[in-house]
Amino acid sequence: MASQTQAPDPGALPAAMIEHATAMADWVVILPVVLCLIGGALLLIMRKSRIGQAGLAILVTIGVIASDIALLMRTLDGPVSMTMGKWLPPFGIAFTADVLSAGFALAAAVATLVVLFYTQAELQLREVRHGFHALVLLMLAGVSGAFLTGDIFNLYVWFEVMLIASFGLMIMGGRKIQLDAAVKYGFLNFLATTFFLVALGYLYGLVGTLNMADIVTAAAVAPKVPMAAIASLMLLAFGMKAAAFPVNAWLPASYHAPDPGVSALFAGLLTKVGAYTLLRILVALMPGTRDWLGPVLVVVATTTLIIAPLGALAQTNLRRALGFFVIGGIGAILAGLAIGTPTGIQGGAIYAFNSMLVMTAFYLVAGLVERVTGEMDTRQMGGLYAVNSPLSIAFLVLVFAAAGLPPSLAFWPKLLLVEGSVASGQYWVLAAVLINSILTSIAGSRLWAHIFWRQGRAGTHSEQPNDRLRPLSPTYRGFAAVPTGALVLAIVLLGLWPNPVFEAGRLAATGLVDPVPYVAATGLAPANDAAQGGAAMASEETPR
Amino acid sequence: MIETAYALLIGVFFATAVYLILSKAVIRMLLGVAVLGNAVNLLIFTAGRLTREAPPIVTAESGERLVAPYANPLPQALILTAIVIGFAMFTFLLVLGYRAYQELDADNTDTMRLTEPEKAPPPPTTY
Repeated sequence: MASQTQAPDPGALPAAMIEHATAMADWVVILPVVLCLIGGALLLIMRKSRIGQAGLAILVTIGVIASDIALLMRTLDGPVSMTMGKWLPPFGIAFTADVLSAGFALAAAVATLVVLFYTQAELQLREVRHGFHALVLLMLAGVSGAFLTGDIFNLYVWFEVMLIASFGLMIMGGRKIQLDAAVKYGFLNFLATTFFLVALGYLYGLVGTLNMADIVTAAAVAPKVPMAAIASLMLLAFGMKAAAFPVNAWLPASYHAPDPGVSALFAGLLTKVGAYTLLRILVALMPGTRDWLGPVLVVVATTTLIIAPLGALAQTNLRRALGFFVIGGIGAILAGLAIGTPTGIQGGAIYAFNSMLVMTAFYLVAGLVERVTGEMDTRQMGGLYAVNSPLSIAFLVLVFAAAGLPPSLAFWPKLLLVEGSVASGQYWVLAAVLINSILTSIAGSRLWAHIFWRQGRAGTHSEQPNDRLRPLSPTYRGFAAVPTGALVLAIVLLGLWPNPVFEAGRLAATGLVDPVPYVAATGLAPANDAAQGGAAMASEETPR
Repeated sequence: MIETAYALLIGVFFATAVYLILSKAVIRMLLGVAVLGNAVNLLIFTAGRLTREAPPIVTAESGERLVAPYANPLPQALILTAIVIGFAMFTFLLVLGYRAYQELDADNTDTMRLTEPEKAPPPPTTY
């Protein structure tokens, strides 16, 4: 914001350096990342103290949530930007946050906090000493950095930070199944970021800049065909990261392998970063290519929406089935992208926010179910309702949330998706969104029936009460069940009073469709060609 | 002219990498990942335009600004970052592959079926 006053000097070269210090208030843009990195470093120093590590990690995450809230409040008045290293954009690396990035960063930090509480119940001392908490904070740093950065190469770096931390978490514990999962997860995700790097190289070669706000201006006048090739590569790369249909196989093969807390963190955070990047790049940075890729996006979104719940129906492993629900959520976000109107994008963005919280909660509830039953296979569960009825309520609420049924927040973005697809005549997307809801509620309620409603285990025992259930220990009740319950309650409350999220989603979608304020926040000259004319008109009424 | 030669070289690198990654042996996939990383680095280097023998250095004679022609320094910075990250990732995957070989006694991805069991139970039929 401080650099906004920079007027280009017509005679000499324009100034390239920032002369004065950044306003303190602008530091809030990088605070979520800085706190996580400092916290992670401190945790490495005190790696022998279990209580100290847990306490510091939770404190840092609360600090990150506070700065995310402060950032979100500021972005409601328009995007906030900060450039590092005294070089003005497009040369210096900028962090640029708008409502979309700040909202997603907030959801990610909240999900991380709940998971940190939960893992206190299940962590072993060995895992604490191997740096579990430091890895969680580093992963949050990577995720927040990817949401908040305004430089596309910097985005690649944050993707890799996130990836290397998630590798560590994936194999934490060192069970055979985790190594097996990490091979699949590791290779495919590393390939995806490499594809992104290829696209990045081409993009730099074509437009000669890496600053996102600068790309908005440069991409509008860049040759169409190479841009379409770059966008296709980006779609492949982030489609892989987000686990969209043809390239989704790694997710159900890996997310159920680590401990429930870790898989909850992955399910909540990682795929949504890919979805966020698709929204940012295809809608805000290269709007022309989104229109070109429209038919592809429709096919990807509809197939993802329909294949995912079918996969969940066929599973007997609880957390593998949930993996398919994660993929279904990605399908809904991509549906918003495929619709492409502000309403559709608003739906996709709110769905992503919702999906971060819901999927984290769902995996945590699944972890509690596994704890009580001592099984991962739904056929060996059963009769849980008699032992732990609050768990069955939470599970059912989350089934509704995954399917997009009313008492949860997910209903409202699904409604927006339906509205947007009807308004733009995209009936294939409309059909896929509705079929996804029906199939997900069938798959989810069948899981519920198998785990909670059936008297006992499958087979000959199904009519006898399940004698293998163990009640939760006080540690599990205090650290794991209460925070998870609070998260489920928050999802329901947000569903009953969706107005703040709804309004923030509208601002986020406006910010994506009309990137003029985003460009202006970095201090770069906004685009003024005819293609942006309508957008510039829209920006005159400043949001809020 | 030299760009064409580089483009062909990058093509060969990519083809080799794709061939190796499509293999079932984890060790070949690792080699493929290493070659792929180099292919991408060369690609970024070439995309930043190749300029010979003109270091991007500001001197007193040049009047405190870069005088064209000069080599583009940014791709070099990007590649340096990508090399470091790629090296870290490759190292991790190498150790992971080795540990997987030890623990699972398998270098063949077809036999790595712990997460996706080969004889998966049939889908539930009740309800």
